[in-house]
Amino acid sequence: MLWLRTVQLGVKSLLLHPLRSLLTVLGIFIGVASVIWLLAIGEGISFEAQKQIEGLGADNIIVRSIKPPSEETANTRGPVPYGLKRFEFDAIVETVPTIKSALPIREIRRQFSRGEKMVDGRLVGTIPDYARVLRLEVDRGRFLEPADVQSHKAYCVLAAEVAQRLFPYQDPIGRTVNLIEHKDYYLIIGVMKSRSPTAAIGGSLEAQEFSNDIYVPISTMRQRIGDRVWTRRAGSFEGEEVELNQITFRVDDIKHVLATADLLKAMFDRSDVKITVPLELLEQAKTMRLMFIMFMGLIAAISLLVGGIGIMNIMLATVTERTREIGVRRALGAKKVDIIRQFLVETIVLSIAGGATGVAFGLLCPTIVDGLRNFARWQNPEFVAKLPEVMQAVTPIIVPVSIPLAFGISVVIGVVFGIYPAIRAANMDPIEALRHE
Amino acid sequence: MKYAARIIDITKEYPLKGETVHALRGVSFDVPFGDYVAIMGPSGSGKSTLLNLLGCLDKPTSGQLLLEDDDIGALNDDELATVRASRIGFVFQSYNLIQQLTVLENIQVPLFYLGRLGAAERIRCEEIADLVGLKDRLKHRPAQLSGGQQQRVAIARSLVNAPNFILADEATGNLDSVTTEEIMGLFEKLNNEGRTIIMVTHEDEVSAHAKRVVRLRDGLLQSDIINENRELLLPPNTRIKDTIPADHA
Repeated sequence: MLWLRTVQLGVKSLLLHPLRSLLTVLGIFIGVASVIWLLAIGEGISFEAQKQIEGLGADNIIVRSIKPPSEETANTRGPVPYGLKRFEFDAIVETVPTIKSALPIREIRRQFSRGEKMVDGRLVGTIPDYARVLRLEVDRGRFLEPADVQSHKAYCVLAAEVAQRLFPYQDPIGRTVNLIEHKDYYLIIGVMKSRSPTAAIGGSLEAQEFSNDIYVPISTMRQRIGDRVWTRRAGSFEGEEVELNQITFRVDDIKHVLATADLLKAMFDRSDVKITVPLELLEQAKTMRLMFIMFMGLIAAISLLVGGIGIMNIMLATVTERTREIGVRRALGAKKVDIIRQFLVETIVLSIAGGATGVAFGLLCPTIVDGLRNFARWQNPEFVAKLPEVMQAVTPIIVPVSIPLAFGISVVIGVVFGIYPAIRAANMDPIEALRHE
Repeated sequence: MKYAARIIDITKEYPLKGETVHALRGVSFDVPFGDYVAIMGPSGSGKSTLLNLLGCLDKPTSGQLLLEDDDIGALNDDELATVRASRIGFVFQSYNLIQQLTVLENIQVPLFYLGRLGAAERIRCEEIADLVGLKDRLKHRPAQLSGGQQQRVAIARSLVNAPNFILADEATGNLDSVTTEEIMGLFEKLNNEGRTIIMVTHEDEVSAHAKRVVRLRDGLLQSDIINENRELLLPPNTRIKDTIPADHA
């Protein structure tokens, strides 16, 4: 009853100066909204990164062959040998006890055709484990099987998009696809489901696209194509000699990942091999996320502090302005605590108003970000296309704890910054206050 | 005899710019219930200090101020506030209404601070507003009222807690002569109903309506005389109820 009336009174007093109150509320509103927005956007960005890294598998270690820069190989005649060797693969699988499985991959850019239709794609020589490790799913037929690898079958499995382009009206299974550069035919045994490409991760791993892939047994590829590959490029031929393009090691326990990675790094301490450890990236991403949140939190805290100072400033002015009213209330029987309560309630009302509207606006963050992006895309698509990928794709994720946190902070700020003006009001001498003009 | 207030050999000193000001140097007088006292004196006579003491806004340096039988000097700040809310009805020169509140809410303020604002009290507040002729102004804000109307709100406010006495500080100082007469008439009627009124003024025309005039000079009591030639504005013993216009009844 007492409080209800005090709150009513506080609202009335604040409405005496609507613009002033509105501006004060705005200070807290911006603070609270920015806490929620910054955390939501930060969470959205790091979630995206974590999802990509987790897509690689936290218990995997990816070792890739890197083509040496052309300046280094300019004097070499003929195909340049580089990268991972089969004996290295065998040696690691034999000797490193923490490795549960290893997936060898050989990739070449090739052209495939069927009748008149032709596709530029990626020929991937691998083993049956590939589909599981890269989370590819079979749409029709089957993926490669161990027997195909053992007996060097000329079988292939198509990515959904390749199948669609080469066989728009036919069932590809049981038919053949032509490898133009090698004048060779492969029997199609399966078609995979479409899979969205993985994005590049911070320069350590290139983006991978699966839509133009054709998978064949790695043994068949070695037998029929070999390690030396010539690629026609801008009127000249370029040769390379690679045994394996990539090995994806799976470690038996996530605890052993970093130790195993260190071992592999020591082993491949050379420029034509690069090791990517998704777990490390994940750890980095988590650290980044933490730093990001702290940074954002700092900015938000500063803006809340500024809002709080705004409240205090206004309340001090209000107390001075209402000295006479304070004197009258004291004369009519208000105790000091009544005066403190009155002014404290006013600041709390201000900060709660700011907090509540700030939370409401904060919750709209994903909608607004999406709306703004769509609007920009509609108004100026070229500009949007030039924006960094993160800005184009990020979906803010509201961090649940940020809502009570931001709201709570705003109330605390109301109390902290309101208590001094309120005490100052209460401690006025009623006689002096009554005489105040 | 019951006294609304007794002032017994009161002194008041306070420091001002390093010097001690002796505002009151030993003043004594009693205000029985039902009295109508005008306190007069030139500026610097200690009039305002006495008013602050009577209003329980301040405590005497020595001597005693008794309201009924309670010694005000012994009370702390919160207790003084409660005494102000329950036993004293203030009427100020500049009305001192709270701008953001309506007329009715202004009248309720002392009861609010006493924590005694129940349904019955709300009705009583409306009745009192009615008594001072503000029945159709209850929802108005002070800024929408004339000076005389505002002072009537202040008088209504001073009545809600059924105080020992009404303490009026130059209550007509901001009003024109017609309105002054109206307000003084209201005081007269309240006094006729048995309410005690202590009025601080420097105007002889105002003090002429009081039953008794106390004069201060240099912090001492100069005179305390019964007003033989009291001017009555109304027929003797006129009460508020007798003069309520028909449309307010």
